[in-house]
Amino acid sequence: MNRLAQLTALARNTWRGLTSMRTALALLFLLALGALPGALLPQYSLNAQRVRTYQAQHPILAPVLDRLGFFEVFASPWFAAIYLLLFISLVGCVVPRSIDYARQLRRAPVATPRNLARLPHHAVGQTASTPAEVIVAARRRLRGWRIAEGEEPGGVRTLSAERGYLREAGNLVFHVALLGLLVSFAIGKLIGYEGQVIVLANGSQFCNSGSLAYDSFRPGRSVDGTALTPFCVQVNAFRPTYLPTGAPEDYRAAITYQGPDDIAPGTWHPYLLKVNDPLRIGGTRVYLLGHGYAPQFTVTFPDGQQRSAVVQWPPVELGTMLSEGTTKFDPPGITDDATRRTGQLAITGLFAPTATFRGSLLSSAFPDMLDPAVAVDVLKGDLGNNSGRGQSIFSIDQSMVDSGRLKQVARQNLRPGEQLTLPDRTVVHFDGVTRFVSLQVSYDPTQLWVLGFAMLILGGLGLSLIVKRRRLWVRVTAAELAGTVVELGGLARTEAAGYGEEFERIAADLLPPGRAQPPVPTVASKAVISKDGR
Amino acid sequence: MLINPVVEYYSDLAYGTALVLYLIAMVLHAVEYSVGRVPVTTAAARVAVEGNGAVATLAPPDSEALRGKPERVGRSAVALTGLAVLVHAGSLALRGAAIGRVPWANMYEFISAICCVAVGCWLIALYRQRSAATLLRRLGVFVLLPVVVLMFLGGTVLYARAAPLIPSLNSYWITIHVSAAITATGILLVSGVASALYLVGAPAGSRIAARLPDITTLDRMAYRTAVVAFPIWTFAIMAGAIWAEAAWGHYWGWDPKETCALVAWVVYAGYLHARATAGWRGSPAAWINVVGFAVMLFNLFFVNIVVAGLHSYAGL
Ligand code: HEM
Repeated sequence: MNRLAQLTALARNTWRGLTSMRTALALLFLLALGALPGALLPQYSLNAQRVRTYQAQHPILAPVLDRLGFFEVFASPWFAAIYLLLFISLVGCVVPRSIDYARQLRRAPVATPRNLARLPHHAVGQTASTPAEVIVAARRRLRGWRIAEGEEPGGVRTLSAERGYLREAGNLVFHVALLGLLVSFAIGKLIGYEGQVIVLANGSQFCNSGSLAYDSFRPGRSVDGTALTPFCVQVNAFRPTYLPTGAPEDYRAAITYQGPDDIAPGTWHPYLLKVNDPLRIGGTRVYLLGHGYAPQFTVTFPDGQQRSAVVQWPPVELGTMLSEGTTKFDPPGITDDATRRTGQLAITGLFAPTATFRGSLLSSAFPDMLDPAVAVDVLKGDLGNNSGRGQSIFSIDQSMVDSGRLKQVARQNLRPGEQLTLPDRTVVHFDGVTRFVSLQVSYDPTQLWVLGFAMLILGGLGLSLIVKRRRLWVRVTAAELAGTVVELGGLARTEAAGYGEEFERIAADLLPPGRAQPPVPTVASKAVISKDGR
Repeated sequence: MLINPVVEYYSDLAYGTALVLYLIAMVLHAVEYSVGRVPVTTAAARVAVEGNGAVATLAPPDSEALRGKPERVGRSAVALTGLAVLVHAGSLALRGAAIGRVPWANMYEFISAICCVAVGCWLIALYRQRSAATLLRRLGVFVLLPVVVLMFLGGTVLYARAAPLIPSLNSYWITIHVSAAITATGILLVSGVASALYLVGAPAGSRIAARLPDITTLDRMAYRTAVVAFPIWTFAIMAGAIWAEAAWGHYWGWDPKETCALVAWVVYAGYLHARATAGWRGSPAAWINVVGFAVMLFNLFFVNIVVAGLHSYAGL
């Protein structure tokens, strides 16, 4: 055999193997199995922090899992491979079946089998009508069925009828829509993006000017983060309501926004942003995901210069909104870097919206802002934020503390309006608290396609599970003396459940009662031994 | 929204009553099961019912020989189950009334509702096949057992006082998405039990099998219930995705519960495919169905309790 023939044979066999039902089943299970670690192990895409915790707890196992992509299953090449193979298998399954179905639709129902008594459903009887009358009556009774008439030697007339073609149509719709859904999903992942940003609820603004405007930004592979839909959101106020137990009841943020067409004229539209109810600007959506507190501090340096800062301190206890954070200050007016880096300040600590103290230990009793207080450490020295490494705005660089370049100079609890004085007469004043909201912006232009395909999937599924494909044959023979012998046979082509009753009803309509003809009993459905029967 | 503690109390009372009634019904079923005569399932009779719905003309299993005391016990078990399911539904309704919202926002309520659907589905299946009721009633013990266990867990370990919805759950989608999930899960429980018993009954000559309905009846029951539940489950996932689009910023984010729901969906799709694939019918298909329900249970318990995800605020 020459190489080309070998190759085509290989390709053909691979294709056949890949598109067989067995392979599809195996791939389905592989998909299920492959998705499981994605559900059970922490995932980078969901919560990178938890992945790091897990890695710290499993120093031996985690690197292996990481290399295998188990912490980002749904972006891993092997998951994509299963997905792709399943896709090919589906195509291979659907295309030939669609062609076959199109052919079936044009073809007449199968000719009447010789021995109807061997079918799962069978009935026979004798009537006084003529064969022609019986045929007419049967045709009338079988309205809605696809019917073909036949003749057999000896003047015997037959009808072959078939019904329930929609089942196959539903099935094909289901599978094709599944393909469509997979494709739309993949395209959405490619051209969509998601970004998160924290905005102070004091009239601060966020503009969707580019990926740099976000605190975190997750672009699809073909998104470079420059050509985003332009819009701006201004958060004027955020209002949570709580039950007496501290359980949140409702969150809402009063915002104004500008869509792409409003920016030039400078118009703003008011909007009440709520959980479960995003703001939709064209294809871009803005969600209210969370909220928190941002304490404001004003530092008065010994030379009299003042600096204020409001920085969000993220909640560490969601139930009580006890929050933790760091607010950093550079000494003003100092151009010499070395000097500057001996006088930097960091105010770190806890914020409680409703303070309770155990001794001097601050905790929070309630998530709403009833009696706010902070417990702060003030550190002075080198914050290390020039070292070239990125630094979190939420915490200080512990190595600077460890190396003694950043020293604690004060520790105190403060209520709004209170202040503390450092040994060098710098005054730290706790001005008050501003709320912040965390917003998510999502863009996925394919999601309506996905919804459409999902509905087709459901519809197709319904059809293919409800409709039954079934066949019925009628053989009409003139009886020896007078009248007509009518014989019916029925076969459900798919799951048999339920055809028995329908067959009996048809038989009862077509055969006069009590005119049994031995040896077969009256209108009776007979069971058949299925292939896998035990 | 204020909670009415008196109504809540009566809801809990009804829950307990329903549980006790299920327990008694289960015991009665067990009595009928162990005392009642074994129906004549000769090989011929078993073979004869294979493969199609028309059992009616075969030697009726409900023959005189089977009537008698055990029969009456079995019938009263069914009647009691019927009463219990009404009380149970009443418990859910009262819970809803006490809180002024749908009664399925935490695991206790969720499990209660699933069990209610499962028992309802079981009674409907029994009614629809009443010609073979004596035979089918033998499943009663096995359907009620998981229900009793789940409800016991729900009423003790997982019990939660009535509470209003947190903002993120406060959406009409909770009615749509969760009720679909509950309905599907309840029906799939019955389906899973039928398939599990199929696997017990499949090895010829086992003594337990002799007391069970023949495996074809079990297989058909498992399939029919799964066929009803699968589109509902599909819808539940889709409704969840639509809700997620409004709540979490994307319709699909591989949240553990979403992923696990999809895995279960895929397994059930596998079951339906296996029923249509030569060589996979019978026991392999039944295994797949059992695995499917195992995934559902895993999703309900393990993912809710152990794996933290966006769903975990649904609460214990
Ligand atoms: C693609 C999206 C989603 C999928 C696939 C999904 C799937 C599921 C499934 C399978 C269950 C049944 C539960 C079980 O076995 O415990 C369930 C229950 C539930 N889902 Fe979702 N869901 C989705 C989105 C959402 C969203 C967006 C919310 C609300 C913000 C939500 C809230 C709930 C609640 C409250 C329950 C019942 C409570 C419980 O587990 O105790 N789901 N979901």
